[in-house]
Amino acid sequence: MDMNAYLSMFIDESQDHLQALNENLLKLEGDPADLSFVQVIFRSAHTLKGMSATMGFEDMASLTHEMENVLDLVRNSKLSMDEFIFDVLFKGLDALETMVEDIKGGGEGKADVRSIVASLKSIVDGSYKSRAETAAASAVAVASMPSGEAAIDEFQLSVLKQSMDSGLKALRIDVSLVESCVLKAARAYMVFNVLEEQGEVVKSIPSVTDLEQEKFDRSFTVIFVTSGSEEQLTAAISGISEVEAARAELLDAATLERLARPEPAAAASAGTAASAGAEAQQARSAKPARTEGKQPAAPVANRTIRVDIDRLDALINLFSELLIDRSRLEQLSSEIGRTELTETVEHLSRISADLQDIVLKLRMVPVDSVFNRFPRMIRDIAKSLDKKVELVITGADTELDRTVIDEIGDPLVHLLRNSLDHGLETTEGRLEAGKPETGTIWLRAYHSGNHVFIEVEEDGRGINGEKVKAKAIEKGVLSEQEAAKLTPDEISNLIFAPGFSTADQISDLSGRGVGLDVVRTKIVSLGGNVSVESKEGFGSKFSIQLPLTLSIITAMLVRLGSEKYAIPLTSIVETGILKRDAILSVHGNRMMTYRNAVIPIVSLSKVLEAPDFHEEVEEESEYIVIRKGEKWAAVIVDDFIGQSDIVLKSMGAYLGPTPAVSGATILGDGQVALIIDPNALFK
Amino acid sequence: MGEEIKVIVFALGEEEYGIEVDKVKTVERIMPITRVPKTPPFVKGVVNLRGVVVPVIDLRGRFGLAEVETTDATRIIIVNSGELEVGFIVDQASDVTDINSDNIELPPEVVGGIQAKYLRGIAKTDGGRLLVMLNLSEVLNKAELVQLEQMEA
Repeated sequence: MDMNAYLSMFIDESQDHLQALNENLLKLEGDPADLSFVQVIFRSAHTLKGMSATMGFEDMASLTHEMENVLDLVRNSKLSMDEFIFDVLFKGLDALETMVEDIKGGGEGKADVRSIVASLKSIVDGSYKSRAETAAASAVAVASMPSGEAAIDEFQLSVLKQSMDSGLKALRIDVSLVESCVLKAARAYMVFNVLEEQGEVVKSIPSVTDLEQEKFDRSFTVIFVTSGSEEQLTAAISGISEVEAARAELLDAATLERLARPEPAAAASAGTAASAGAEAQQARSAKPARTEGKQPAAPVANRTIRVDIDRLDALINLFSELLIDRSRLEQLSSEIGRTELTETVEHLSRISADLQDIVLKLRMVPVDSVFNRFPRMIRDIAKSLDKKVELVITGADTELDRTVIDEIGDPLVHLLRNSLDHGLETTEGRLEAGKPETGTIWLRAYHSGNHVFIEVEEDGRGINGEKVKAKAIEKGVLSEQEAAKLTPDEISNLIFAPGFSTADQISDLSGRGVGLDVVRTKIVSLGGNVSVESKEGFGSKFSIQLPLTLSIITAMLVRLGSEKYAIPLTSIVETGILKRDAILSVHGNRMMTYRNAVIPIVSLSKVLEAPDFHEEVEEESEYIVIRKGEKWAAVIVDDFIGQSDIVLKSMGAYLGPTPAVSGATILGDGQVALIIDPNALFK
Repeated sequence: MGEEIKVIVFALGEEEYGIEVDKVKTVERIMPITRVPKTPPFVKGVVNLRGVVVPVIDLRGRFGLAEVETTDATRIIIVNSGELEVGFIVDQASDVTDINSDNIELPPEVVGGIQAKYLRGIAKTDGGRLLVMLNLSEVLNKAELVQLEQMEA
């Protein structure tokens, strides 16, 4: 069988399962008594084991197998979680992640996991040694009697009885596979899949573990609770290829009692058998057979498909071509002025606007795909720093463009580490300052207008303005005179300056001087911005502002003589007309009054060296007020053309970055217009 | 025996030049060019080449020759070298011809006022024409572009 075809699917799914394991293990650590998490964890580990064994990644399979053994004991309340077990399990997860990464990189997923396996084994046989052994022995014993009576234990009996009381049917299903069947374990797995869609497997003979390892001949038996009919079930099972026959037999209470007749092997096999039953239950958590009080919400089936990102990019490129033609059509129809044409074009515009929404949404991914690894990271860092911290995440479902998501991870890791390492005080420090022992880091994401904001806030010591100022002057970031004029917020934002680091001591986490300026550079390169607000003694808040999408933006088209330019609408505050005599002159700089403030006037024609437009000769000038943080400016242009959705295009590698121009776009008339970078217009 | 190379023949003034066909994407008539500010004077701007924005340079200006008005014969040769895609404005692009790599000789120091480093050699065609072969990577040298920009500033 060609495994390559399944490899990418395997990698994707393994990563999903590992993520789920990580998350749930963290939740469990927060509430070790809640066994419902153990069920979910066990399920993920189990699937992972099956998948890796099928794909032939033995090390992965054996490691997950050992982890599963531990989880199994925990799940059956034979072992209670403690710190050692959590640490070993987390280590195991890390090892698994490394293996998956290796497989992804074309490796064979080999890793030396002996020490972790040994730790896991020691957990399993520590005080439960004897029981584990008998369970293993009995599993073999049961497996060796292929089509004998399906023996059930007391727990399973009570599950079955309860189910029957609530109107469900208990069935005994014998399934046999055709002789030529090669992947027996895979077929058995498919049978279980079908069964679990319709009800609950209470018990299987041989055990699920043995079935997975192909430790069975050609047939196996399951005890099953369902609300469906026998015919339906047998038909569904027979529908699986290489299944020779499936026979279902209705069990009544008397048969059940007979099956549950105490016999030594069955009682001893409780551990293994119960695992098969409980695991199946957990798939249908809403069934009455469940005994735990708290149940995880039944996962809603996600109706999604995985699509290669290149195809999406191709779709968006094609769509951008369409947008250009749309603007061309709009222009033509307004020139020609025929009602039928205008109406058709208007309809086309509406449809393409809807289409644009959908196309752009296709690339949107919830920030959760970045956030989900942070709880684990914070836990590890907090442990290594010996600080107590709680990470509160809100707005994880906020969506961002895929390209932004791919890039935003590292800056966020940096900010979070920074908050944890420099922001939060040590436990003693917090107690001294009269704060709760456990520090809190808030990670928030939310939409606002055409932007997404991500905030990292912590209730730590805050930024010491004086220290920052002194450091900045020492590092030559600015002069003493300049520093004296800054507002507290401006001082805080000095920490983003290149070569700046205020950590008194350098730890292995952060503080190597390449820090926040890298974060800022990265975010600016994504078309965003980052700033910090801080109150000394009460904590700091880092806010990242990011554009929703990078490929299509709304812009204001303006004219400068014969040339056309686009200015992103997001940075425009207002447009207006200015009379020549309203222009003020301050120290030789041209200024104007705007909302009770005096703001500088920027001549776009001078910045861009426009050949055929000179605003000096105009009596009245059109202006656009733009804003960057707390800075404002009025940009004088020749004429407004109007708003338009434009497609960002690169100008090609040859030209490299050009000042004040962030890219180009193609207008409806087929001409190229340059996109102005408003941030570059501030001095 | 050297190999046969197909080259596009174009003219700048009296001189005829050649670029290997596999380096040329298309040859276009002159089209509207959007000026890009703060670039060297020979960078004429960018054009819309079927949905792709491509920078265009005047080859005369690039070689320090006097620039001329565009005519009906003026062409933009879109070349592809590595990751770079650039249009060359030339006086005319006449035809495609075969040359033998054996017939390419090293250039003299200066050909028609162009520095030797921009040239790969002089090729003699079967018909006895002389073609100046361009050294594309040197013509598209970005380091030089940056230097020129700094000189501008």
